[in-house]
Amino acid sequence: MNFLQHIGHYVLKFFKSVGALVLFTFTALSHCLRPPFYPRQILRQMIEIGYFSLPVVGLTTVFAGMVLALQSYTGFSRFSAEGAIANVVIISITRELGPVLAGLMVTGRIGASMAAELGTMRVTEQVDALTTLSTNPFKYLIAPRLIAGVLMLPFLVFIGDIIGVFGGYLVAVYQLGFNASNYIQSSWEAMVAMDVISGLVKATVFGFIISLMGCYHGYTSKGGAQGVGKATTDSVVSASILILCFNFILTVLFFEK
Amino acid sequence: MTDTPKIKIRDLHKAFGSKVVLDGLDLDVMPGESVVIIGGSGTGKSVTLKCTLGLLELDSGNIEVDGESVVGLSARDRERVNHKFSMLFQSAALFDSLPVWENVAFGPIADKTITRKQGKELAIEKLAQVGMPPEVSDLFPSELSGGMQKRVGLARAIAGDPEIIFFDEPTTGLDPIMADVINDLIVKVTKELGATALSITHDMASARKIADRIAMLYQGKIIWQGPAATIDDCDNDYVQQFINGRADGPIEMAVRK
Repeated sequence: MNFLQHIGHYVLKFFKSVGALVLFTFTALSHCLRPPFYPRQILRQMIEIGYFSLPVVGLTTVFAGMVLALQSYTGFSRFSAEGAIANVVIISITRELGPVLAGLMVTGRIGASMAAELGTMRVTEQVDALTTLSTNPFKYLIAPRLIAGVLMLPFLVFIGDIIGVFGGYLVAVYQLGFNASNYIQSSWEAMVAMDVISGLVKATVFGFIISLMGCYHGYTSKGGAQGVGKATTDSVVSASILILCFNFILTVLFFEK
Repeated sequence: MTDTPKIKIRDLHKAFGSKVVLDGLDLDVMPGESVVIIGGSGTGKSVTLKCTLGLLELDSGNIEVDGESVVGLSARDRERVNHKFSMLFQSAALFDSLPVWENVAFGPIADKTITRKQGKELAIEKLAQVGMPPEVSDLFPSELSGGMQKRVGLARAIAGDPEIIFFDEPTTGLDPIMADVINDLIVKVTKELGATALSITHDMASARKIADRIAMLYQGKIIWQGPAATIDDCDNDYVQQFINGRADGPIEMAVRK
């Protein structure tokens, strides 16, 4: 009986959490669409998410592109198929590695910071202070972060795609001895608009997930410093899992034949 | 003074799980009056303020502001009603990411009733009212001492010319001299604004200084209330034990529960 009680307790807790998250999502979305808007806040978040994440995303994708070229060469040289390296790099980066790596890196940088900032605001009564100043916290804190996340992740992924492909080019040309113009031409021919578009759509979804998880866990945190720490961890873990999960779903939707 | 109370609380009940915090609280605050609620930690003083501001939902009972029930208001109506309020939080609850002047003028700027330039002028004017020089306006909250943060919090509380000001433990954590400075400022600014004040504290020196009327909260109910000048002569054993800070008395059992 005790065992069943435990199961029941966790099942109820799970459904309660899902319900709270769904309610939070709809409330946040409704505030994204209805005025008043806070353009200064949106711009601040766009700079924070887009501009300041560029070095992290750039470094991640350039090394991913370099490793990809190197490993593809190792494998493909056994079948004398080295010419396919440009194809592999460009498809892998634009379809999968660009959006997923950028998503995961931004989760670590921005999702955690959102959860920590909002969590601290919550436990130090700054969120309550907003309400007493007749400012809806959803409009002032949550909506700008969601809007900025959705707008800036595709931008980051687009830049990341270019840098990742350039990483592959560096290794192919300067380490593996490929002809530069041939490599660029192969890359250009291998590039398909749908691959890039699917990556940018994924990035939009990932941007929403990162901001939503950061905001939800931060906004609902309680219990002082420990609560803020837990919110930060929960936001990174849940956003990372959801990114991988939605990456699979979107890949199926875009490319399953 | 009119006969309609500025705030009228009737039969207010609030529990957190099995813990009953407010158990049928009744309280009236007349226009222009300064009422202080005293009581031990965990007796529901902050919960009373938060229920009145709509930060917490009450379980049952009614709260009226200027004769209008504020229970179950829509978000829009709640924002309208909250325009009448402001609050000085125990921890000041200043926004870390904004300089002092933006903190002070936050409400009017967010309402778009003034521009940012006018907001800075307003902030400097309000800071002067609480005895702070203009140079402070460009500092960030983390650069201020606890007493200075309280003063900035007070400047923010009066910036929107509110009709009602709540003071949540205004002198907690301050040295006796700074506490007296804050008490004097509270009396001064509420008189200048003609505002109604509702404060909660367990600092009796503060209560005596800022209150026209004192009410004692114990086990979720107001067990005594009367003019501040009469509290020392009241024959309520609970009040006498509390204001004299004695370990022995009727409250002892509750403390040890």
